[in-house]
Amino acid sequence: MKKSLKFASLVLAVSMVAASLSGCGAGASSSDTFKIGGIGPITGGAAIYGQAVMNGAQIAVDEINAAGGINGHKIEFSFEDDEHNPEKSVNAYNTLLDKKMQILVGTVTSAPCIAVVDKANADNVFMLTPSATATEAIAKDNAFRVCFSDPNQGTEAAKYIGAKNLATKVAIIFDNSDPYSSGIKDNFVKESANQNFEVVAQEAYTQDSNTDFSTQLQATVDSGADLLFLPIYYQDASNILSQAAQKEIDIAVFGCDGFDGILGLDGFDTSLAEGVLLLTPFSTSSTDEKTQAFVKAYEAKCNGLTPNQFAADAYDAVYIVKAAIEKANLAPSASNAEICDALKKAMTEISYTGLTGSDITWGADGEPNKAPIVVEIKNGEYVVLD
Amino acid sequence: MKTLINKFNSDKTFKQNTITYAIVIVAYILCQSLILGGVMSNSMKGLLIQFCYYIIMAVSLNLTVGILGELSLGHAGFMCIGAFTGAILYKTLGEVLTFKPLLLLICIVAGALLAGLFGFLIGIPVLRLKGDYLAIVTLAFGEIIKNVCAAVFLGKDSKGFHISLKDQAALNLEDSGEMIIKGPLGITGLSFTVSFTACVILVLITLIIVLNLVNSRTGRAVMAIRDNRIAAEATGINVTKYKMLAFTISAALAGVAGVLYASSLSTLASSSKNFGYNMSIMILVYVVLGGIGNIRGSVIATVILVLLPEKLRFLSNYRMLIYAVVLIAMMLINWSPSARAKRDVLLSKINIFKKKTDEKEVQ
Repeated sequence: MKKSLKFASLVLAVSMVAASLSGCGAGASSSDTFKIGGIGPITGGAAIYGQAVMNGAQIAVDEINAAGGINGHKIEFSFEDDEHNPEKSVNAYNTLLDKKMQILVGTVTSAPCIAVVDKANADNVFMLTPSATATEAIAKDNAFRVCFSDPNQGTEAAKYIGAKNLATKVAIIFDNSDPYSSGIKDNFVKESANQNFEVVAQEAYTQDSNTDFSTQLQATVDSGADLLFLPIYYQDASNILSQAAQKEIDIAVFGCDGFDGILGLDGFDTSLAEGVLLLTPFSTSSTDEKTQAFVKAYEAKCNGLTPNQFAADAYDAVYIVKAAIEKANLAPSASNAEICDALKKAMTEISYTGLTGSDITWGADGEPNKAPIVVEIKNGEYVVLD
Repeated sequence: MKTLINKFNSDKTFKQNTITYAIVIVAYILCQSLILGGVMSNSMKGLLIQFCYYIIMAVSLNLTVGILGELSLGHAGFMCIGAFTGAILYKTLGEVLTFKPLLLLICIVAGALLAGLFGFLIGIPVLRLKGDYLAIVTLAFGEIIKNVCAAVFLGKDSKGFHISLKDQAALNLEDSGEMIIKGPLGITGLSFTVSFTACVILVLITLIIVLNLVNSRTGRAVMAIRDNRIAAEATGINVTKYKMLAFTISAALAGVAGVLYASSLSTLASSSKNFGYNMSIMILVYVVLGGIGNIRGSVIATVILVLLPEKLRFLSNYRMLIYAVVLIAMMLINWSPSARAKRDVLLSKINIFKKKTDEKEVQ
């Protein structure tokens, strides 16, 4: 028994050594392609976002490669899973470095992005996140983003509600355990001081208590609010909407980009979302030619799944990288540091029009300048308002 | 030297412990030479420190589960306490204390002390009881700590510390004030790194503490309680005292692992991903797979199980599925009696191990 244990230990030790050795020398490939990496959750609770980004980016890469590549160089794209966990995200980043990644389109979610941006900055790797909204996610000068930041969304939402006289009293239900949700809420409340409405209720929940919203809904009713602001993701929002319908609470609802995708949710009665307003940079119902082509390509690739905002952000991200590389006139043989320095400069010089906005420009801080779009859900579809 | 060799050959526990230390040291030397040779991949380099803190976690949990015989389902909670203590201290003392090694030492010691204190406090009511109460209480404790750390806002300005559970605005910080914990976003901008060497030293210290404890008079008392509480009590062993001792040490070591965890990433946010129930179970899996009560097994199982999901990346979408299957297979092959018997038969057929099996028969 003792001996066999010893043998087992030996075998395990040997396999450990073998495994650690096998890590070396991976990812040898030609130097005439741009190697773009992506990181996001493709397993676990947040998988829907990571999958959307992975597919959206892949479509863009395929299109670019089919059209001859960037400056005549093809793109190699590889995507790694991070399970929406900062620790795993850094592992994924290191794995991509082993695959000789030069540019990172990622990461998809905020918390992992904050961890990765530090490593990427230390290694001088350029990164463009399609969808990480936290301010800190692009705190370093090598990082840019496609989507709006949390503060930006909160402020824009408050301004829109004020400008359109949508409400006099606003109640908020937000996810206390999520930086995205509480980030938007904080800035919404801050901006509301300058607007013609007041925030009468701020009801928190956490990811451990996201099934029963009766207390929060009752507080909303008691506060006499005429608009409910929901800066949350759509799974929770769908619960709130259906529970509000059960309680026969009739109140206008305003959401943020996390709401996007609610119509595609399995088992959700879309009539409940009728009349909901949401701030989002992307709408599949847009008649824009590019959008329609993208929706078609995405549906063909993903068995009829409608793309959400994350997919569109990722699609744009790859084209933005292309535009910046062309502006900087880079070749794939350049080192990561050269590419990073050149792209940092080029990003502030380009103006990009894509699925998620027109004439988007970037400051050195990495934040995009673009106009938000508000859509209304009408007859089970997103309709763009002006 | 000769006396050491004699001791190695005659003293069985000394021999076993030496082998455990040797495995760690040899692995360390191997890794260092690979790094110096420039052949180690980035992903392996990134994993080295993760190995270390998960090993410390597994060894510390093994002390509770294997040696003490109590089940702790909230070990990640102690890790969380250690992580936040270390990170807050680093953020606040960082400006005053510029000598980094000392600062790190303070963080690690403080993380261990505070986690140990919480372990002690939990132990006072719970370890007096017979039954599975520790499992229930630690489970709740882990969840509470995780949620509190995700809800708290902490800031610092010239007037001192401000704390709130509501939001950032409620802190009323001065303009020059600095946020330390930003609620669900946690602590960002951590810039401390613990070197691989320091981590390995901490692993060795952990092993020395636990292995020596196990082989001491105290350790024998603890194991006597595990094996038969009534008999132990009858021989005059103070049951609660020894249980408290072992559990507090276990919690403190988890705190050390927490500080290392905090140091490995530039951001520290408490979520169900890192300090939740799943993490506690994950560590328990390392312990169970390595063998309950088998410290060396914990070390080896941890390295394999941390490495496995990374090495399975090429499977992309099926990665976690295959990981689960491999876990089950490993558990069966390692610990099911019939599989073990088959394995022994197989081993005896292989020549180099024949000698050893013969020896066994002679013994």
